[in-house]
Amino acid sequence: MPRAIYEKHLKSLHEDVLQLGDMVEKAINHSIEALKKRDLAMAKQIVEEDVNINNKRFDIEQRCIQLIATQQPMAKDLRAIIAILHIIVDLERMGDYAEGISRINILMGDEPLLKPLIDIPRMAQKAVEMLDRSLQAFIKEDVEEARRIPKEDDEVDALWNQVYRELIFFMIQDPRTISRATYLMWVAHNLERIADRATNICERVVFTATGKMEEIGASRY
Amino acid sequence: MVIFSGEIERIPAVPAPEKIKLRTSGVNLFYGTFQALRNISIEIPAQAITAIIGPSGCGKTSFLRLFNRMNDLIHNARVEGSVELDDMPIYDQNTDVVELRKRVGMVFQKPNPFPMSVFDNVAFGPRRHGKDNRKELEEIVERSLHRAALLDEVKDKIHESALSLSGGQQQRLCIARVLAVDPEVILMDEPCSALDPVATLKIEDLMRALSENYTIVIVTHNMQQAARVSDMAAFLMMADDKTGELVEYGPTNRVFTNPKDPRTESYITGRFG
Repeated sequence: MPRAIYEKHLKSLHEDVLQLGDMVEKAINHSIEALKKRDLAMAKQIVEEDVNINNKRFDIEQRCIQLIATQQPMAKDLRAIIAILHIIVDLERMGDYAEGISRINILMGDEPLLKPLIDIPRMAQKAVEMLDRSLQAFIKEDVEEARRIPKEDDEVDALWNQVYRELIFFMIQDPRTISRATYLMWVAHNLERIADRATNICERVVFTATGKMEEIGASRY
Repeated sequence: MVIFSGEIERIPAVPAPEKIKLRTSGVNLFYGTFQALRNISIEIPAQAITAIIGPSGCGKTSFLRLFNRMNDLIHNARVEGSVELDDMPIYDQNTDVVELRKRVGMVFQKPNPFPMSVFDNVAFGPRRHGKDNRKELEEIVERSLHRAALLDEVKDKIHESALSLSGGQQQRLCIARVLAVDPEVILMDEPCSALDPVATLKIEDLMRALSENYTIVIVTHNMQQAARVSDMAAFLMMADDKTGELVEYGPTNRVFTNPKDPRTESYITGRFG
């Protein structure tokens, strides 16, 4: 097959995007688990490990640049590499949101949670599912799936709305809860942003497959 | 205080439609019983660079040679369909082929300066077309060398042998020789394949400058060159019977980022050919 080495590089870039996605999904899941358990040691570990996500992103970016400089990719190959350059920025930022959730956890210190977490873990679960499927869609160049996923962002938005109202209610009822309620609101907001970033990835899937740049399912927030 | 009182110059929002310089409709080209090209229809815009790309043997050069009837020189060559220059059929019986080749000049793969001085190389065409006034010839030579971005490099050796020039200079000399007869179209058949990268980039810059006044059609194996230099790109490919067909034609930006045909995609991403 012509360009065997080039093909190998392209394939390994795709695999590494999946790997980076995996690291980010774990960071998000762990950050929520640590919050639920109020496990500060785990939260600290997530903060410390964010550097691995950042390094992985730089490594992929570097290799994309090398491939462009040395192999002159064209057409769909070029679009895929440009898409990867965007996707890894989204992934790295999602990692930062997970790190942010862990930092909020640490900030809360030994204060107990304002209430048992129900909707926030649901938001996390949905956001991670959207992220996972968007990356699968990228690998499979599945445009249909990429157009479907952003519509599901409404679920995350609805949960965020619910959390927001509930927390406001707490604050109005008892102003002493304001700081603890605000912490949780930040957490929920981070999750809402993660789901938005997953829709960005879906836009890049459509771009890679079709060459069209289009915004799909803009978030309400 | 009046800052601006004049009328704003009106710039047309929509550019004028492109003028078509060369057009082929349903062209078939045969060498004896072998069909080299099949059903090629294409419109080549004026004052732009059109690149013809495709794997070896797909008929790129044969296609290029349609436009100045160079295929006439090949025994048994036969053209069906129409080829037009400025809407005039060039395979008409009444076409003056010498006049046609003056309007449609050609630059070849290997620089082919004549074994004579730089001056005589450039003056060759005008002399053949009846110009013998020394002063007029000097003007033509100077203007042509200048347009070919060669004047500064050769002005002190204009009466020395053209064979003493470097490969890149020789190729620009050949371009100057074409320009000297005041053509409208310049056909270039792999003009940089024998040149080093710096000489290649000089020719590419020159092509861009020339495209303001001339229509350029270039055949190139170098895909990056086609991507860098052309406005339009045509992809030719051999069918199973070895006959060349036009697979895709469109603006270079689109063809190289989002080709429509999967065969173009495979070729420009280097997966075959």
